[in-house]
Amino acid sequence: MVAGEAALGEAVGADLEVAGRLRGRGARRGMARMLLGNGKAVVGACLLGVFCVLAIIPGVIAPDNPNAEVFKPALPPSLAHLLGTTAYGQDVFSQLIWGARASLIVAFAAGAAATAISVVIGVSAAYLGGLWDGALSLVTDVLLVVPAFPLIVVIAAYTNGANLLMLIVVLVVTGWSFSARQLRSQMLSLKRREFLEAAKSRGERRSYIVIFEALPTMTSLVIACFLSSALYAVLAAAGLQFVGLGDPSSLSWGTMLYWAQNSSALNTGMVLWAVMPGVCVAMLGASFALLNYAFDEIGNPALRPVRIARARGRRRG
Amino acid sequence: MPSSDALLSAVGLTKHFGLGPPWARKMLHAVDDVDLEIPKGKIVALVGESGSGKSTIVRLFDMLYRPTAGEVYFEGRPLSKMRSRRAQLAYRRKVRMVFQDPFSVSNPAYRISHSLLRSAKLHRPDLKPSERRSEVEKVLDAVGLTPGGAFIDRFPHELSGGQRQRVGFAEALISRPGLILADEPVSMLDVSIRIGLLNLMGDLRDREGVSILYVTHDIASAWYLADTVAVMYAGRIVEQGPAERVLRQPGHPYSQLLLSAVPDPRVQLSLAEENVGEPPRIIDPDAGCRFRWRCPYAEEQCANATPELAPLSDGHLAACFVSTSVGIPAHSPSTPVTARAADSQASIAGQQDASPN
Amino acid sequence: MDDRRVLTVSGLSVDYLTGSGPVRAVDSVDLELEAGEFLGIVGESGSGKSTLLYAIAQLLTPPAEIAAGSVEFLGRDLVQLTRAQLRHSRWRDFSVVMQSAMNALNPVMTLEAQMRDTCEAHTEMRSEEIHARSVEVMRLVGVDPIHLRSYPHQLSGGMRQRAMIAMALLFTPQLVIMDEPTSSLDVVAQRSLMIQVKRLQERLGFAVIFVTHDMSLVGGIADRLAVMYAGKLVEVGPTRDLFSRPLHPYTRGLLEAFPSIQAVRQRLIGIPGSPPDLARLGAGCRFATRCTDAIEVCAATDPPAENIDGRTVRCLRVKGWLGHAEQ
Repeated sequence: MVAGEAALGEAVGADLEVAGRLRGRGARRGMARMLLGNGKAVVGACLLGVFCVLAIIPGVIAPDNPNAEVFKPALPPSLAHLLGTTAYGQDVFSQLIWGARASLIVAFAAGAAATAISVVIGVSAAYLGGLWDGALSLVTDVLLVVPAFPLIVVIAAYTNGANLLMLIVVLVVTGWSFSARQLRSQMLSLKRREFLEAAKSRGERRSYIVIFEALPTMTSLVIACFLSSALYAVLAAAGLQFVGLGDPSSLSWGTMLYWAQNSSALNTGMVLWAVMPGVCVAMLGASFALLNYAFDEIGNPALRPVRIARARGRRRG
Repeated sequence: MPSSDALLSAVGLTKHFGLGPPWARKMLHAVDDVDLEIPKGKIVALVGESGSGKSTIVRLFDMLYRPTAGEVYFEGRPLSKMRSRRAQLAYRRKVRMVFQDPFSVSNPAYRISHSLLRSAKLHRPDLKPSERRSEVEKVLDAVGLTPGGAFIDRFPHELSGGQRQRVGFAEALISRPGLILADEPVSMLDVSIRIGLLNLMGDLRDREGVSILYVTHDIASAWYLADTVAVMYAGRIVEQGPAERVLRQPGHPYSQLLLSAVPDPRVQLSLAEENVGEPPRIIDPDAGCRFRWRCPYAEEQCANATPELAPLSDGHLAACFVSTSVGIPAHSPSTPVTARAADSQASIAGQQDASPN
Repeated sequence: MDDRRVLTVSGLSVDYLTGSGPVRAVDSVDLELEAGEFLGIVGESGSGKSTLLYAIAQLLTPPAEIAAGSVEFLGRDLVQLTRAQLRHSRWRDFSVVMQSAMNALNPVMTLEAQMRDTCEAHTEMRSEEIHARSVEVMRLVGVDPIHLRSYPHQLSGGMRQRAMIAMALLFTPQLVIMDEPTSSLDVVAQRSLMIQVKRLQERLGFAVIFVTHDMSLVGGIADRLAVMYAGKLVEVGPTRDLFSRPLHPYTRGLLEAFPSIQAVRQRLIGIPGSPPDLARLGAGCRFATRCTDAIEVCAATDPPAENIDGRTVRCLRVKGWLGHAEQ
């Protein structure tokens, strides 16, 4: 963690130069160009895009009610049922498409909320310093050190896995501390930069400095934090739902895994029912992870792979 | 106490920073008992090396630190009484700071117009919002970034170091200040670019009547620009006076050492020198003169009490017992000062951890 | 071929490979260095002086690469050597002192540990030998060997730079390359360091290439100066001559651009304008747009390097000023 924080501090200089370029005239074009040029970003964005489409308009692809138990159970894949049917006679493919919505809602909502909290706490701790920093860092560190999954299980069991909202709350509470530390680190290195001192010397209020001077230079880090929080949320939600602590009566990939496990799907020939939701979780997670790497590379040029144009003349061994 | 035509004056200004854990507290004497006056329309050079306290003084003047003791008066009013936001904002309108590192003083996420327009908004209530932009362009012209209209929408990374530093001056100028605190404004620029900015500062004094506190360790530029020079060592001012006197007839052994260390390409480097150039001891210092370990003229009395500034001649003061009583040999530019080697056994472990914050 | 010659750089060019094509940061540089000679390379930021230095030391990393030319050191062309062969030569025959010790020294290792690392990487010295040598080089640079046990942050800036020089001298190389080693130091420490370097040079006999943007720093210590502008060497010659009678307008401008403590107080102008964009160079002399003596032909023809009066100058007008016959 210390090494990461140190590297983060060093990356600040490069990050700030890039931040400037990104917000330049044609900033959208600049950012878009950088993303398009980055293979990871393109793949990740495409994947995410596909899932988003599924979540927004599932009915276009799978028009039938996914929960309707109308079909013959345990059917193998066929043209009518691309992935077969479940033990309860539901179309697996329909379930998969409609289940995307819940998973994505969890990812974006929990990711955004966790990021918002970590920004507020991390940046304030660094900027305010002194006792505030001590107190906020203590809270952050405690939550960081407590093993996350057992904590989630305890909280979720206590709230009885009531509904999606509870799930999101649980994930946010356990997920914000990691990003808060990173943001605090970055803010600490930024504090030394003279443009913040210059803003204070100009007469700006502290709140203005934090929101309008410091945060805009941390955009790529904030986005990267969001992506990693979203990734964490997707995986943790799937895990909780698989164990039965998410609301099993709702439809999502995690609950599909739960029901599949309940019916011993793998042993009774309904392999796709057991495997495909997991594959989707993994792909959604991968899309966030790829985008995360891409934003890390954009934010820290030191991480970028060096692409050397084919040079005329000698290459050294 | 402060004289009437002084724009800003410091009286007994002191700043100490605490180091170490509460049960083993040490005090770092960054600034001790400094009296300094900045008259209207003049450039005062504050000369010293790292650890001399000059950067701390600038931050004390800019209200970024609060003094441990002593007082700073601006236009006769003490800074400690300026508590309200209105009073602070009014002070910051008239006293502006220019920072050392042109590469980190502009927020890279914004165009350079951003901070200039903010300054205009905060400090120029006489301007209507629609007038602010043209005022910014005028100020950019005034600092040599012409045409202002072409530069105003640039990003910091599109400008060179010298141009970025001019933007720093523009930001200071836009509020129509009476005093600019320039903290080593050219030390991070190439030697060939410095002269442009030094000339800009001279022009601001001559044409706009702006006073400048020019903090530097480059004595040649102080000679080029300043009306008065104050030399700092280990948190104290050791010599003060008109530039011609201090830099031509330095009355303090440290000033002589500084002057002889300036590289003069016309003279072949003499290898006779002994001085190792160790930083001054400012953590819990004892009573005597803080330069005595490196001073070739030190006597017994120098260990017993800290010398105060005393007159050598009219307007020219030095804090040295020997110099102000029997006098020290005159400084000659071509013969280097041989000072005694500092105690090289003493590493400065601990002093390096001091980060005034 | 003079056998006192230590280094011969011929036609060295370095390109930065950018998205929009290669940008030439160093253009056909020729340099010679005798044994024990002190050469100062002077130029503004962006002139290519650091790139040139790294190219000579074979320390360039992508996207920078040597596009042409040779660097003959002790009879071998360094550019053609493999990495393994270079490693054998590095530090034993030539060493590099970087700009900032805090960036070059490992902050979590003591000085002694770093010297040991270096010795073990390049030789087969035994532990006692390494220690003895470390003590010796520390004494050489005037730092008490007790500081071998210190970490870099425990030393003052001046001592750190000296420690770097000590490390560079571990194997008494023939050539020490220095990249603005005094830029982080105050004036008194700076002077001490320069004196130390000169003393060491006289005692051990190594050659020095010293890169800086401050001409006055090397004026009293260098044997020869090379002035660099926009990737090319515009004037190379003995230091005294360059100072007393600069031929190239840029050299003249540089000399007049810094105030001297000895001079009368009068307004200096400096050199107006700024260095050209290396990606968009015109056909003529690169200094023409800022040159007060430029004439029409200067914008059209890139001046070749000519040997005049014991110096190498790139300027079309110099011969005319000196009254030599036109070529």
